[in-house]
Amino acid sequence: MAETSRRPLPAIDPDFTRRYHFHGGLKLSGCREAASARPIRPAGLPDRLVLPLAQHIGEPSECLVGPGETVYRGQLLARALGRISAPVHASTSGTVVAVEARPVPHPSGLPAPCIVIETDGRDTPVPDAPPALDYLQSDVDTLLTRIRDAGIVGLGGAGFPTRAKLARRDAIELLLINGVECEPCIACDDALQRERAQEVIEGVRILQRIVQPAACVIALEDNMPKAEQALRAALAGGNETGIRVVNVPTVYPTGGERQLIRVLTGREVPSQGFPADIGIIVQNVGTAAAVYHAVARSRPLISRIVTVTGDGVRDACNMDVLLGTPVSHLIGAAGGYTGHIARLLIGGPMMGYAVNTDALPVSKTTNCVIAVTARSMPAPPPAKSCIRCGRCTEVCPANLLPQQLYWYARSGNQDAAQDFGLFDCIECGCCAHVCPSHIPLVQYYRHAKTTIWEQEKQKKKADIARARHEARLARLERIKHEREEKLARKKRAVADQGAGDAARQTAIQAALERVKTKKDQNGTAPRNTEDLTPEQQRQIEAVDRRRRERARRPREPD
Amino acid sequence: MEFTTWSSPHLPVDNSVERIMRQVLLALVPGAACMTWLFGWGVPINLLIAAVTALGAEAFMLALRGRPVLVTLRDGSALLTGVLLALALAPLAPWWIAVIGSLFAIVVAKQLYGGLGYNPFNPAMAGYVVLLVSFPLELTLWPAPGHVPDLQTTLSMIFTGTPPTGGTIDALTMATPMDTVRMQLGLGATLGELHRQPLFGYFAGFGWEWVNLAYLAGGLWLLRTRVIQWQIPVAMLAGLGAMAGVFHLVNPGIYASPLFHLFSGAAMLGAFFIATDPVSACTTPLGRLCFGLGVGIITWIIRTWGGYPEGIAFAVLLMNLAAPTIDYYTRPRVFGHRDRTPQ
Repeated sequence: MAETSRRPLPAIDPDFTRRYHFHGGLKLSGCREAASARPIRPAGLPDRLVLPLAQHIGEPSECLVGPGETVYRGQLLARALGRISAPVHASTSGTVVAVEARPVPHPSGLPAPCIVIETDGRDTPVPDAPPALDYLQSDVDTLLTRIRDAGIVGLGGAGFPTRAKLARRDAIELLLINGVECEPCIACDDALQRERAQEVIEGVRILQRIVQPAACVIALEDNMPKAEQALRAALAGGNETGIRVVNVPTVYPTGGERQLIRVLTGREVPSQGFPADIGIIVQNVGTAAAVYHAVARSRPLISRIVTVTGDGVRDACNMDVLLGTPVSHLIGAAGGYTGHIARLLIGGPMMGYAVNTDALPVSKTTNCVIAVTARSMPAPPPAKSCIRCGRCTEVCPANLLPQQLYWYARSGNQDAAQDFGLFDCIECGCCAHVCPSHIPLVQYYRHAKTTIWEQEKQKKKADIARARHEARLARLERIKHEREEKLARKKRAVADQGAGDAARQTAIQAALERVKTKKDQNGTAPRNTEDLTPEQQRQIEAVDRRRRERARRPREPD
Repeated sequence: MEFTTWSSPHLPVDNSVERIMRQVLLALVPGAACMTWLFGWGVPINLLIAAVTALGAEAFMLALRGRPVLVTLRDGSALLTGVLLALALAPLAPWWIAVIGSLFAIVVAKQLYGGLGYNPFNPAMAGYVVLLVSFPLELTLWPAPGHVPDLQTTLSMIFTGTPPTGGTIDALTMATPMDTVRMQLGLGATLGELHRQPLFGYFAGFGWEWVNLAYLAGGLWLLRTRVIQWQIPVAMLAGLGAMAGVFHLVNPGIYASPLFHLFSGAAMLGAFFIATDPVSACTTPLGRLCFGLGVGIITWIIRTWGGYPEGIAFAVLLMNLAAPTIDYYTRPRVFGHRDRTPQ
């Protein structure tokens, strides 16, 4: 349940002059410059594209094409299933060669259903593409439908379907456009804002038209001056809708939705609640640009900007990548590996996950690929005992007690772990980063969360089974009751019948009596054992004697 | 290509237990040097005996428990325990005092509870208290500050228990300022009279004020380098100072001034190096304030009304007892929650 704050929400300052603090966080030395030094470059067309059916949070989409089918750029390949889902489109033209389970960019490393397209290099657009919309004239429902049909999801990393995120639009005070990079090293949002500010701004205007917020602000970090300049320049031509551009201190994890809201407005999203609960909608700058493309250029979400960086790649850069492009292709486009790669990361260095292969496709949520050598990311030293130094508590942005959580998570005390706010942990990794004992804290929290989810699933199953069992018992009871009642009814009926029989017997008796009286009066025939001759009497006695003797004698075998 | 997978976060950590222990040891150098200057060779000899015993006991216990010995010894926690204990001991105490104290600290107070991270009590203070209640006399063998006994005398005192021919123990040692204050006040003297004695320096016990200043400097450096957090030392000194201040205002004749309390005995050593032992102290920010405050107040109470001239060891152990409960009731308000403790 979402808790509502007891204190009144701080009013939103239209000028955003004040910066609020959230507890903890880390000033991490950025490695963003490496990728930002060069302009965005196209990653090029790979021979094969692998498009996972689940590139978003929610129901995976349903595949509509089969092997052998020719597809065109922008063609719908898989449709959304349900409200929290997103369709998948062909990133270029080609032939579907397989619909099968392939390795996908996911922390689990498990394969998942994908559509594999062999590209034909012609990049033919789909003939029946929907028309571009003049968003100033279109009504909100048309715009929302277009966003849903274009398969747009949050490009900041979580991949929540954008249409669903725009569902609650009542009383939204602030539309917050998140241009703050989630983590150090990631530079895709920075590059987008620097080079495609106009697209971002147009996208924000469309979102403004949909949400109708009282205020709208684009937030970026104070170490992104070029991006800020570009946005301001794009707004200089005319800013009728009053979009503000502000910067926030570069403290990890300010790029997180909840932290950014806190920094700019002083409001806290309730635990287990949503920003809409406190009158705010947050969208990523990449999402805004994707909205612009979908609405004004009628181009579904088929590409995104990906940062390729780390000391393991030759030319760190930001790339415009077709969705489905293999990571190995990106690395090749960035000049290849420099040497022995110790880790390949999808996402940032704090929350990203290490993958065991580069044969993975770029999906809608892949914002960064980092290849590093052992020099910059050596294997972690072995974990030691927690000395309760409390450094983790100091840096936790959720204001948790990570060492206590660790203690309970490790001992399997799930109740206590939840009591200490396990599910308020955003897995930002600050605690593990400062831990002098090198304990992989986040791993423990993830494990505890998964265990609890699993237990809840089991409990739900058990509840259903119990409900069924109880229903069955009730049914049996009812049947038994009904049977008993039926029996009782029958008994009563038989008893009634018994009474009728007695009456009939009396009648029969009476009739017999009458016959007898009649016979007596007429004289009845004597029995055949009466009036026997002495000879007959002897014969009968002899027969009786023999019979008795035979009965006494033991039976002889035949 | 195939790669190894690791759990996030991936940025290398720049902190370690070794580094923390090393920095605490470094921060103790000014205080230890100052004590050596004031009290002579006894201080480094005690340090050596206690450190060697602590390391040996730790190695022995680790081997018994089937734990990696060398890797664990290198974390420096056993060494630090030995050093802290030695700095609390009287410089002319016999050698077996440091040995027994270190053995108890490492074997019983630390390893029997599971080693580093699992000890509910501050090992150094547990060892010290065992000595204090068992061998109170030996712990009074403090030389008069400034009248440094020579190396031969010191060695003779430590290893034979008697001064070299011609000397007496009484000629070598002298009651500490804290002891004197307790004794003399008990005999009906007033502080005004006491302050005229050579035992007192500029604002606290003669010599001791410098020792405390040196520990304060080391402690401030630890704060600056974020090895320790401010809550415990500040709260402890505030608790001690506030109690002393209030009673001193009420009756300056029999209650020593806050300055005397803060810069005498082991006040600064306790505030920055002993009460801040993270394993046995509170971990929540508010809990640490309560913990420090408790240590400060109990220290003053024991110093003023208790049976011992110095109360920090008992105060720390008592607050160690209370730490889990304090932690439980001082949980911070989690982001997005209304109340301090989530339901």
